[in-house]
Amino acid sequence: MHITYEALEHKPGLGQTLKEWIFTIDHKRIGILYLIGSMAAFAVAGLMALLIRIELSSVGPTITSNPGTYNVWLYFHGAAMILAFQIPALTGFLANYLVPLMIGAKDMAFPRLNALSLWLYWMGIIVALLTFVIPDSPDIMWTGYPPYSLKTGGNTAFYVFTVHLMGFSSIVGGINLITTILYMRAPGLTWNKLNIFVWSTLGAFILQMIFIPVLAAAVTTLLFDKYLGTHFYDPSAGGDVLLYQNLFWFYSHPAVYVILLPTIGIIFDIVATFARNRVFNYKMVVYGGIGGVVLMSGEVWIHHLFTSGMPDWIRIGMMISTLLISIPVGLLMIGLLGTLYRGAIQYTTPMLYAVGFIFLFLIGGLTGIPNAMTAIDLYIHDTHFVVAHFHYVMAVASTFAIFGSIYYLFPKMSGKMYSETLGKIGFFILFAGVNITFFTMFIIGFKGMPRRYYDYQQFAHLEGLQRIATIGAFIIGLGALVVLISWIHGLVAGKKAPDNPWGSKSIEWMTSTPPPPGNFSQIPVLSGEWHPYGYGRKE
Amino acid sequence: MSKRYLRVLSISLLFFPITTPLLAYEKRRGPEEVPDVPGGWDHLFNEMLIDITIVGIIFAAITIYLLIKYRQRYPGQEGSPLKLTTAAAIGWALIPAFVFMADDFYLAAEGWTLFNDYRRVPENAYEVKVEGSMWSWHFIYPEGVETFNELRVPAGTPVVVRMTSKDVIHSFFLPDFRVKEDMMPGRVTYLWFYPKDPGEHLITCAEYCGLMHSGMKGKIMAMPKDDFNNWIETEKKNSHT
Repeated sequence: MHITYEALEHKPGLGQTLKEWIFTIDHKRIGILYLIGSMAAFAVAGLMALLIRIELSSVGPTITSNPGTYNVWLYFHGAAMILAFQIPALTGFLANYLVPLMIGAKDMAFPRLNALSLWLYWMGIIVALLTFVIPDSPDIMWTGYPPYSLKTGGNTAFYVFTVHLMGFSSIVGGINLITTILYMRAPGLTWNKLNIFVWSTLGAFILQMIFIPVLAAAVTTLLFDKYLGTHFYDPSAGGDVLLYQNLFWFYSHPAVYVILLPTIGIIFDIVATFARNRVFNYKMVVYGGIGGVVLMSGEVWIHHLFTSGMPDWIRIGMMISTLLISIPVGLLMIGLLGTLYRGAIQYTTPMLYAVGFIFLFLIGGLTGIPNAMTAIDLYIHDTHFVVAHFHYVMAVASTFAIFGSIYYLFPKMSGKMYSETLGKIGFFILFAGVNITFFTMFIIGFKGMPRRYYDYQQFAHLEGLQRIATIGAFIIGLGALVVLISWIHGLVAGKKAPDNPWGSKSIEWMTSTPPPPGNFSQIPVLSGEWHPYGYGRKE
Repeated sequence: MSKRYLRVLSISLLFFPITTPLLAYEKRRGPEEVPDVPGGWDHLFNEMLIDITIVGIIFAAITIYLLIKYRQRYPGQEGSPLKLTTAAAIGWALIPAFVFMADDFYLAAEGWTLFNDYRRVPENAYEVKVEGSMWSWHFIYPEGVETFNELRVPAGTPVVVRMTSKDVIHSFFLPDFRVKEDMMPGRVTYLWFYPKDPGEHLITCAEYCGLMHSGMKGKIMAMPKDDFNNWIETEKKNSHT
């Protein structure tokens, strides 16, 4: 008997709907719940960023006279943006929503594990948000370096538990997604026909599976040191303070690539769809670009410790390995530009975000080179220059990819079209804002102002530049507001979306909009000539 | 497309990353000469700024050109990609890879040279011990004199500081001398700088160390040699009495 989606349709009440969403094991709903959680984290952490920028707009106290409060904002901004917004939005929301659809699977390999990873993530968010309520909020920065994190009165445990919950969530999600990609591809979907996004997700989760345990070890020993009296990081009892930094960055540098890979993967999909073109040199992008990043990600972490007192020989070694990262990343850039070549580019909102990404990533990537060079880094390490660099290359670039992909998937997820006008206005405001804020920070950093400063008497001459950066932050805030309005407008007043509004060849657009439970009424059968990027006429 | 042509191409590609670092070779200095580290830093940074600006402009210009040239001109227009031959596909991966590698190795060689200057302490440097604590610097001079937050040194002599910390990690950052190094409990780290002329320079903390992190600052006072010697003699007497 053939059961169609219509036969299952029903009109549940509010309570019933909530129950269906909370206990869902459907990968699309889980993905959307990830999205809601990560956007909530983005909102709160973004608010922190605004507070930080306002505080820095003048020398001396501006809106708080307590540096401790400012330090808590800094901590929360960093920890929440990375652990609760970027990684979950990319490997939670996008991977969950897209991967089974892109490979023509009915769901994930382990739907209940998938729900578990979502719940762990939400608990992590709750624990993270509780830091505002408990008496001694953590002020240890997202890096949590001992001995400060051990000596401070701030609560280190909440940070550690947040990392544990998010880490478990990622490992469970990783087992699930890797299995799904390996075993649940539609018949005829060979490895060289996978979407770049699927490849990049696979790469990101391989990194997560390898490196998360190291982070867990680092923060757990921190917890033991602080509350159980062990001495891992106490030199007076034979411990070593640098051990933590090594363990932490051994995970947290690959974590940058966990963010970068899905980011660039979804950008490839968006660019190919709207340039109506094949991905340029597919095998170079997959094996050289994504494969190269995965292989090299684990041997460059010392560049976070260039001024930490590591031996000189390893600083030189990791300077070279860090510089060599430019090879796979450069190949990815060439792949992106080659995809534009001889295309027929449609400037929709997602495509604008992809174009924005290219420019932001270019600036961010190239300014990584001074940071990679040990001798240059001895001056700019821990200054605003580094802050500007990693915001360009990681924070803002991936946020542009996330926003772009939300617009890209908006019709599929909601069944409605968003307003192109509102979407484009939001993009241009955001693009202007991030460049004003973060380009100014390059100059501030070049002039020597260190990061994590509450006050800057000794750099009072940089007040004007700091003001410009703060103005930029408000423009970013305005842009984010317009983006939010465009989504709400699309949800409430959007026109009904067709099944495949972008004319994409990829499998996720072959099903109805929004996709029914089980995704496809029939498992898609792919012909030998089919390719997800099989656009245009071949010559 | 002969085999020989391919062989010549691949050999010259291999040579590229090997030869570029040689461009960074500089003449050796005499042992008594104190290298100009901040000058070297400025020089290398400018060189690299030119490098990344050129690369950035090339990439940005190509992107803008492609974005304008290949915009969709009528609804329903599709791309018209050319088919890549296997040789072209491999070439598009290998040639850029070797070009990037060549640039990387060139920069690495330059950076390595400068880094050696940073880490090789000149002979006869004046050695001062520093202990960081929340939130001040404690200087101990070889003559037994101690100061807080103010490091007085003789101008025209290289100075090496041996650093440690009493409590948490701090970073001894001298913006004018383009150098910083962390100080932490349980380890001794060092950096050196060369105050050529008398003058004042900022010391500021660059590793997050809690509430007053941004207020953890001090100054280096480079004094004429005689003034410095007089000062240290007076201080020595004061500390003995």
